[in-house]
Amino acid sequence: MGLEQNEVSLEQIAILHNRFKQLSQNEETLRRDDLKTIQDLESNPIRYQIIEAFFDRRNFQKDGVGSVEEIGFEEFLTVMSYFRAPAHHITEEQREEIRRAKLRFLFNMHDTDNDGTITLEEYRHVVEELLSRSGALGRETAKGIADAAMLEVASISVGPMAPDEFYEGITFEHFLKILKGIEIETRMHIRFLNMDTAVFCKQHSV
Amino acid sequence: MKLNESVMELKMFLLVLGLLVGTGSPDMGSSQGKCSESLVQGPQTQENRTHTTHSKKPFPVLSFGYDYVRLPFEISLWVLLASLMKLGFHLMPRLSSIVPESCLLIVVGLLVGGLIKLVGEAPPVLESNIFFLYLLPPIILDAGYFLPIRQFTENLGTILMFAVVGTLWNAFFVGGLLYGVCQLEGHRLVTVDLLSCLLFGSIISAVDPVAVLAVFEEIHINELLHILVFGESLLNDAVTVVLYHLFEEFSSVGTITVTDVLLGIVCFLVVSLGGIVVGAIYGILAAFTSRFTSHTRVIEPLFVFLYSYMAYLSAEVFHLSGIMALIACGAVMRPYVEANISHKSHTTIKYFLKMWSSVSDTLIFIFLGVSTVAGPHEWNWIFVVATLIFCLVARVLGVVGLTFVINKFRIVKLTSKDQFIIAYGGLRGAIAFSLVYLLNTDHFPKRNMFLTAIITVIFFTVFVQGMTIRPLVDLLAVKKKQETKRSINEEIHTQFLDHLLTGIEDICGHYGHHHWKDKLNRFNKKYVKKCLIAGERSKEPQLIAFYHKMEMKQAIELVESGGGSKLPSAMPSTVSMQNIQPKKPPQDRALPQLSKAREEEIRKILRTNLQRTRQRLRSYNRHTLIADPYEDGWNEILIKRKKMKELEKKISQMNNYLTVPAPPPDSPTIARARLASGEMLLIASSPTDPQAWGLKSATESIPSIKVDLASPQSPESVNIVDEIGMKGSQPKVSEEGGGLTMKVPSPTKPRKDQTTDEDNDKEPQQRLMRCLSDPGPAAEEEDEDEPFLH
Repeated sequence: MGLEQNEVSLEQIAILHNRFKQLSQNEETLRRDDLKTIQDLESNPIRYQIIEAFFDRRNFQKDGVGSVEEIGFEEFLTVMSYFRAPAHHITEEQREEIRRAKLRFLFNMHDTDNDGTITLEEYRHVVEELLSRSGALGRETAKGIADAAMLEVASISVGPMAPDEFYEGITFEHFLKILKGIEIETRMHIRFLNMDTAVFCKQHSV
Repeated sequence: MKLNESVMELKMFLLVLGLLVGTGSPDMGSSQGKCSESLVQGPQTQENRTHTTHSKKPFPVLSFGYDYVRLPFEISLWVLLASLMKLGFHLMPRLSSIVPESCLLIVVGLLVGGLIKLVGEAPPVLESNIFFLYLLPPIILDAGYFLPIRQFTENLGTILMFAVVGTLWNAFFVGGLLYGVCQLEGHRLVTVDLLSCLLFGSIISAVDPVAVLAVFEEIHINELLHILVFGESLLNDAVTVVLYHLFEEFSSVGTITVTDVLLGIVCFLVVSLGGIVVGAIYGILAAFTSRFTSHTRVIEPLFVFLYSYMAYLSAEVFHLSGIMALIACGAVMRPYVEANISHKSHTTIKYFLKMWSSVSDTLIFIFLGVSTVAGPHEWNWIFVVATLIFCLVARVLGVVGLTFVINKFRIVKLTSKDQFIIAYGGLRGAIAFSLVYLLNTDHFPKRNMFLTAIITVIFFTVFVQGMTIRPLVDLLAVKKKQETKRSINEEIHTQFLDHLLTGIEDICGHYGHHHWKDKLNRFNKKYVKKCLIAGERSKEPQLIAFYHKMEMKQAIELVESGGGSKLPSAMPSTVSMQNIQPKKPPQDRALPQLSKAREEEIRKILRTNLQRTRQRLRSYNRHTLIADPYEDGWNEILIKRKKMKELEKKISQMNNYLTVPAPPPDSPTIARARLASGEMLLIASSPTDPQAWGLKSATESIPSIKVDLASPQSPESVNIVDEIGMKGSQPKVSEEGGGLTMKVPSPTKPRKDQTTDEDNDKEPQQRLMRCLSDPGPAAEEEDEDEPFLH
């Protein structure tokens, strides 16, 4: 199935194209370093993950694996389209599709080694990055927070576990379950991409 | 049975009530222009009014002097009446589930007013300055202080649209149409001119926060609708103030020019923004003051109340919007004040605010009822009915029209069900009444008619709409408030999403509202927090604060729901740290290992004594005070624990097992958990097997639970292990599972008892802590006034 719901309009494409050109200094492809030059990203604690997400094949190819060194405009747009808000009149299944797609994007950001699960180490890394601007205090509590979070996922997803059992990591299904409370499909969007126009341009589906 | 009991209780209650009113009523009577609680007549005190003594009178053993205490006596009597009313309603659960409290209170007010009238006195009326100066501020402050900022700011655009444009529309629609009706009607009403009608329209069009709160509190609809209607009722105050003054000023003149209209718009901006600025200034002052209160904890709540009240009064001095000032003050000062004040102060503030607002709310409705009986009425069928119809129609049209426009800009659109609830929830209340009451009879000869009409509308909205909204909500299956468990995962991902979206906006080159929000947060963190928050707390990021709070809550729930002495038989064992830790190869042990059987036993004991607790619903409901992690007794115990010295903490490592430390060598290794006189409860240790705990530790990198056994001081008690490392590292706690999860908030600033914990520094890795039973009265009192949020 595709991400037809994540279509973007011609006008938005034009604006994004301009931005692409600006970032890539008028070349055809965009590299990581180009994104690193953005001033405002400096203060963002998870900038590396965000930048990586653009170059992660899983986000713009079905069954893609690994990362690329440079991307073209099409891939850039595909990643951007994850941040489109769902249209108002859609069915429940479509809404669920959108949720899955967006949560998959988030999952891929956490699951850096692409083994299909977010292990404790990876989750710790996530929390550490989030708290990376808080100095020593952040580093020390990050582990505790990540552990607590992991335990919570395990408790919710698997339930009681005997002491010998081992919880490998958060799978995508568990991830969906724990984030059910957050309305991802409406929260994960950029307003900029939310202009309704009559003409849509279907994008390469993931 | 139950019915009989409640009937009995009801009878007794009514008896008490009757007595009260009986004692009160002979004292009551008022003339119109006076303060409602200071009543004019009182029984003449004959005994003291002695004539000039011709002869020596016997010394009066018992005399009666009522005038001396009249005012406070009567005020107290009324407040007591209001509180007893509240008590009474909750004794009748069936009634209170059908009829909202506000209706019952008005009915009581009617009865009391009727009684007073029967006795022959004139019932007191809800005096406007009593209302605006004393009764309204507590309610608004309570609402503003506990305002859910996130939802409020997310929906600010919608709320503003409804508040400003909606109120304007209502005012002009109602006022204009009423004028038309008055003109058409002929003889009695034709004297009512346009400006009076517009004034009336503007007064009656404002949705009332008191009434909305009172009704919506009980129906638990989803947060979006709640904040929309409630936010609208708060923000429309500015519009009402401006329109009121505008029309009142010019009603004497009789005409309004275009300049006046323009000035009116400017005035609106001044009133609303000015109110917010005044509130924000006082809020910052309050936050700044709270930074220095570490030595005078007792008066901390006073600062909060005083600054807020001053903000309200200062705004009122300049005819700015007092309500908006109060909301701004509460919302601005809250994050900083809460980081600075002690636990007890926080509790005090919360309880006082809720108490005052509850009493105020009750008094307002009772007085509405009494005033209805008292007030001079002029009943005019056409006017009143027309008013009612136009108000309802205007509300519906306004909401539908505005939603149509608003939905173009919203992500989460408002459905027609939402619109219905918003329209239906537009209740009018005491503010409108008081504003009309303030009108000068000279300028507004038809004031009494206005009064009657307003009272009718208020009664209609509160009774009819208030009573039917609950079944309608159920009927329409409107989404109710979600009982969400706020989990650490959601918090992590909320933060993650915020940063992600900000990053994407930056990549897009689009400065959307995430970008600005992020900038604001960074500014706040860098400059503002440093100024306004004392000590180390200023650097604590939100995620960590949330984490600590959550753990405290869990620990408290564990305490409350578990029982040390009664061990549940079948306990669902849950996940523990060992289940998620990657397996480690067995390491060489320096010390003899515990036998397998022993380990099993320990684990079984640990498991059976823990229960999984569910986090409690956290809902924004101003009448319920949820068990607070920062309630008194709890924290004292924790602090006592922290002060416990020594504790050798040895962590032993058992391959993936929960580890327990060796008991301090000089203390008896008694391991028990017990509930100590209603205080903290704890974990289980087998009372029979102290040796189980005797393990030496090697350092490791997996988290372990420390069971701290008897301390040297109090052999029969078990204490919380306090982890205060040199670097101020935070002790960690995991989700409860096989281990008890508890975290003692350790202050990050150096404390006087840290010297005792230097032995802990050997363990740089994280630990889990176990919270055991209370050490008993032997433990010293400490300065428990920790900053509120660790």
